[in-house]
Amino acid sequence: MSAEDTHGSVEVAARVERRWAAIAVLIIVGMALLAAFAGIHQATMPQPRVETTDPSRIHLTGEFVESNLGSVLEANGNVTVRAIGQQYSFTPACIVVPVDTPITLRATSADVVHGILIQGTNVNTMLVPGYISEQLMRFARTGDYLMPCQEFCSFGHEGMWGKVKVIDKTDFASRAKSDGRLSCVGQ
Amino acid sequence: MLANRKLILAHFSFAFAVFGVALTLGAWQMFIRSPIGTWLSNPELYYRSLTAHGTVMGYVFPTLVAMGFGYAISESALEQRLVGVRWAWTGFWLIVFGSVMAVTPIALGRASVLYTFYPPLIGNLFYYLGVVLVVVGSWIWVALMSINLRVWRNAHPGAPVPLAMFANVAGSYLWAWTAVGAALELLLQIIPVAAGLKNTIDAGLARIFFSWTLHAIVYFWLMPTYIAYYTIVPRAIGGRVYSDTMARISFILFLVVAMPIGMHHTFADPQVGAGFKFIHSAFTALVALPTLLTVFTICASVEIAARLRGGRGLFGWIRALPWDNPMLLALAFSFVMLGFGGAGGLINMSYQLDASIHNTQWITGHFHLIFGGAIVIMYFAIAYDLWPHLTGREMIDVRLIRTQLWLWFIGMIVTTFPWHWVGILGMPRRMAYFDFGDPAIAPQALSVIFSVIGGFILLASGILFLVILARGMRAPQADAGAYRFAIAVHQPTTVPVALNTHALWVALMIALTITNYGYPILNLATTAGTSVPAVYVGAQ
Repeated sequence: MSAEDTHGSVEVAARVERRWAAIAVLIIVGMALLAAFAGIHQATMPQPRVETTDPSRIHLTGEFVESNLGSVLEANGNVTVRAIGQQYSFTPACIVVPVDTPITLRATSADVVHGILIQGTNVNTMLVPGYISEQLMRFARTGDYLMPCQEFCSFGHEGMWGKVKVIDKTDFASRAKSDGRLSCVGQ
Repeated sequence: MLANRKLILAHFSFAFAVFGVALTLGAWQMFIRSPIGTWLSNPELYYRSLTAHGTVMGYVFPTLVAMGFGYAISESALEQRLVGVRWAWTGFWLIVFGSVMAVTPIALGRASVLYTFYPPLIGNLFYYLGVVLVVVGSWIWVALMSINLRVWRNAHPGAPVPLAMFANVAGSYLWAWTAVGAALELLLQIIPVAAGLKNTIDAGLARIFFSWTLHAIVYFWLMPTYIAYYTIVPRAIGGRVYSDTMARISFILFLVVAMPIGMHHTFADPQVGAGFKFIHSAFTALVALPTLLTVFTICASVEIAARLRGGRGLFGWIRALPWDNPMLLALAFSFVMLGFGGAGGLINMSYQLDASIHNTQWITGHFHLIFGGAIVIMYFAIAYDLWPHLTGREMIDVRLIRTQLWLWFIGMIVTTFPWHWVGILGMPRRMAYFDFGDPAIAPQALSVIFSVIGGFILLASGILFLVILARGMRAPQADAGAYRFAIAVHQPTTVPVALNTHALWVALMIALTITNYGYPILNLATTAGTSVPAVYVGAQ
């Protein structure tokens, strides 16, 4: 040890350093607690369950057959949207949903890894073949939103853009009377 | 003088040569997909370029810098001849050979799968084998660093390991273990499919294996930069390391907590439940700790230099710093970029906020700012500092060096800030072109143009960097003397065993990886029916 010890500089240096380390630890614990609080209090947790599906059979059987894709009004007033991503488009390519309604998006991939991102919102999930992605969403205003594929899915990736059309609640309810699966493809 | 100058010079030269190529590709990519470029008639060319850019910048360039710097540290900090020089050359040539093997199928359009592989997309077998060779070559370096330290310990029983070598070996162990994730993905999953032995693959499991590598690899890239912060900067500006102990604690923390946090890359993935995502999120917050400690120690070390030069006052000492010294300039730029990049990282680590920017241009902006900015600018500084010791010639272009560093800093800010912004607007990553004529996308056009300008500033700076190094090889001869590292205010005479050895921390790193990854991996591996058909890229 050096001669400066006699002046107590080592103690001062160590004390300042310890103080900073304590502040740093507090910052980090605070951030982790905030994340936990926001997750539990505002229910912004990632998808809790892992569900699997066989991409080579999704067009034949199960909830992702073509006739079941699109938006459906459930008995409790909520809406469920089912969609698939494949090279290089979404089905349905235009999703129609009502404003101010709890919506469950259920989606998967028919081939490679894709992603769904709805611009101007925090709806953002991966589509991994073999697994079902589920995301809860709710739109506060009507309008058209772009929905690009956000993950590289080979050479046509740049052309994989879908659309979300958020419409008036009563308008949606009257369209849903037919009991079919709704989409805005071709509108 | 360093004894194995040729070896170190070979690593740096190849690293910076491939860096120059990949940087040019990057600038082209930015231009061609921007509103000022014209749409590619063949978008596949963009993904070829992107795969090459990522493979070189992610696997080849930083690995070679860490290796070359590691050999220099081993020789100069331990003051002993490098043991295993022949093996070191073998490792180097494996990397050169592996790089060529990997890049050839990319150039031919047979492996446009990006450096993150993305199964079930499957490219040409030789691309993956090339990457494996690069990793194997770097593992030889890991073994050599460990062996050289052991030889030194035997000759100096109980003596404190010099900080630079302690950190260097910690970095090498981190790399050895973090590369295991991608190695498992390649060897168990991708290569059998690419070789035609299987035709299905579990894409979800592959993403988890890759996340094991994907985050801690960044801390491996970061290690040479942090070693430079602690052991080069204070020496170069006439200061002292404020605390040798805190430095060791920081490097140990990186070793332990950089690893078990990779699943924050899969927050939006469907194959892992919420519980493990939360654990990884919390651990990701923890990795900010060694950086916060480092910022304090380095600022204090720099303040010591300023006060030794007569600096006074609470902040007045900042003016007394040697601002014409390239090392100080590089440090200052690096810290500014680390600050912005780190703040962005804290946003990414919390999954509530991550949802709004996941896989957007924000992420591209974030890691370019951290890696391309904070980390690579210190690679430049390391090269400038070591060059006279490697070439036996003086560095005459100090003004040019300052210009180069300024350009890199400005270029990186101009590139990445607009990137972050368009990311918030929801612009997705990795697209060969955008329809800026669409009224919903048109507002992003101006920001994209700004970032292209930044990209070209970076290219100019990169070229200038290579020119300076090349000119340094033709400068007048001068003996640079022994290569030295910064000493601490209180140089340690004894160090607790825990801060002088790595075994305990390596064990903890492995244990935490098992607790944080073991169950998700086992669970996915044993879930039936999750293997999906491979999709071959570039197949004829």
